[in-house]
Amino acid sequence: MKEITITTNKISNMVNGHFHVWGWEVPLYLFLGGLTAGILIIASVMAFRKKKDSFALSSGKLSLWAPFILSLGMVSLFLDIKHKLFVWRFYTAFEITSPMSWGSWVLLMIYPLSFLLILATIRESYPGIFSFINKFLSFLKLDILFRKLTEFSEENYKIIAGITIPFAITLGIYTGILLSAFGSRPFWNSSMLGPLFLVSGLSSAVAMVILLSKEHKEKSLFTKVDIALLLTEGVFILLFLIGLATSSSQYKAALTLVTGGALTSSFWIFIVMFGLFIPALLEVLELKGRNINPKLAPVLVIAGGLFLRFIIVEAGQMNSWLPY
Amino acid sequence: MKKYGMVIDTKLCVGCGACVVACKTENDVPEGLHRDWIVEEVTGKFPNLHMEIRSERCNHCSDTPCVSSCPTGASHIKEGSNIVKVDPDKCTGCQACVVSCPYNARFVMPEGYVSKCTFCDHRVEKGESPACASVCPTHAIVFGDLNNPMSRVSRLLRARKFKTIIPEAGTEPNVYYLI
Repeated sequence: MKEITITTNKISNMVNGHFHVWGWEVPLYLFLGGLTAGILIIASVMAFRKKKDSFALSSGKLSLWAPFILSLGMVSLFLDIKHKLFVWRFYTAFEITSPMSWGSWVLLMIYPLSFLLILATIRESYPGIFSFINKFLSFLKLDILFRKLTEFSEENYKIIAGITIPFAITLGIYTGILLSAFGSRPFWNSSMLGPLFLVSGLSSAVAMVILLSKEHKEKSLFTKVDIALLLTEGVFILLFLIGLATSSSQYKAALTLVTGGALTSSFWIFIVMFGLFIPALLEVLELKGRNINPKLAPVLVIAGGLFLRFIIVEAGQMNSWLPY
Repeated sequence: MKKYGMVIDTKLCVGCGACVVACKTENDVPEGLHRDWIVEEVTGKFPNLHMEIRSERCNHCSDTPCVSSCPTGASHIKEGSNIVKVDPDKCTGCQACVVSCPYNARFVMPEGYVSKCTFCDHRVEKGESPACASVCPTHAIVFGDLNNPMSRVSRLLRARKFKTIIPEAGTEPNVYYLI
């Protein structure tokens, strides 16, 4: 039995040095990617609702946020990339084994789909923007094309939404698979991260609807949806932890990061307590008629989603197969 | 196909660091970055202690997570061999390969692309050994074709006890340590 192991590293700092490759840019990108996926799933699902008279935000206005939030995420990702002039190389190859390659191509599909989804409802949701774009494009003599594209999107609203849903789900899952595919980082190496990040992204998007909606009925419906999502997220986190706890020693060592190790308090306080439990409780109380600031729960959910990405990205980099 | 590997004798390695310096000189590795390094490991309970010194580098694994995680094909396996290389013109510096390597053998060059040990393939093409192996004063580092049963690396692995580092990571490393 090895009672003690002392490892020193001579000459280079590459082994004993703190392994920290990804900073704030990647977790922020993963959060914004998940949020975009959530927004597009909601906006697409709402295309299939029966009543046309309500839910102005989730069924119309919301989709406009998607390309902007995604672009912000892409900017964040771009800031992380070290060989910036070669960023176009993502689109000169499709590597079937690389989640990042899948992600790059899915992102490319998300943009046109979200634009078509926006056009499908822009006339009703943003009449001002619609007429402005029309006027602007008439200078360029492109207004006819714009109107035709809008009419096409309106006519094929449900088809576009139906195509968007699987792509948005792929985007949401990809933000987790990106990390879980790294077998060398035990904390990340769980396929639970895919569904966990998808549900978290969806929950953040639902929280955004609760935060921005002006309709009581819409807020109430989405609050109920959010409670279900937060509960699901809690179950997924539990399953993720069980997966680590019942695996081999490297994975058990990874688990100690959040069960007594360096990230324990931040994981349980910022993700579980303030990101899941308290907002779920506040939402239940709100539905029961208690007078609680309606912005508090959704803000906590969104912050919790952000913390989830930051803490998991950090944890994965604090643990590896090497014993030194 | 050649399956290049390295056999490093931990009984001969004194941790002088000549391999590290030779690599840096041969490959013009910038200050603060290293393609190979020395690990000294002491295990046991006093007074029964055991010390092992290892010269470590990329393991040019047979199952390469760095290649499969690369989104652009920059990380690749050199044709006709198992040498894992990076094409700087295809590398975006996303660092997926850096994260995927269980040996932490990769790093980002000041220019932004990822770099690592190449088994000095430019020397190997000329029939020479990698720089680290060629300068080792105790001849602890031996390089050769693992597919050739008569190569020195194959004969050493048949004759001596050996280990690889964290084989449980599942990457099938091709750098062996004689123990």
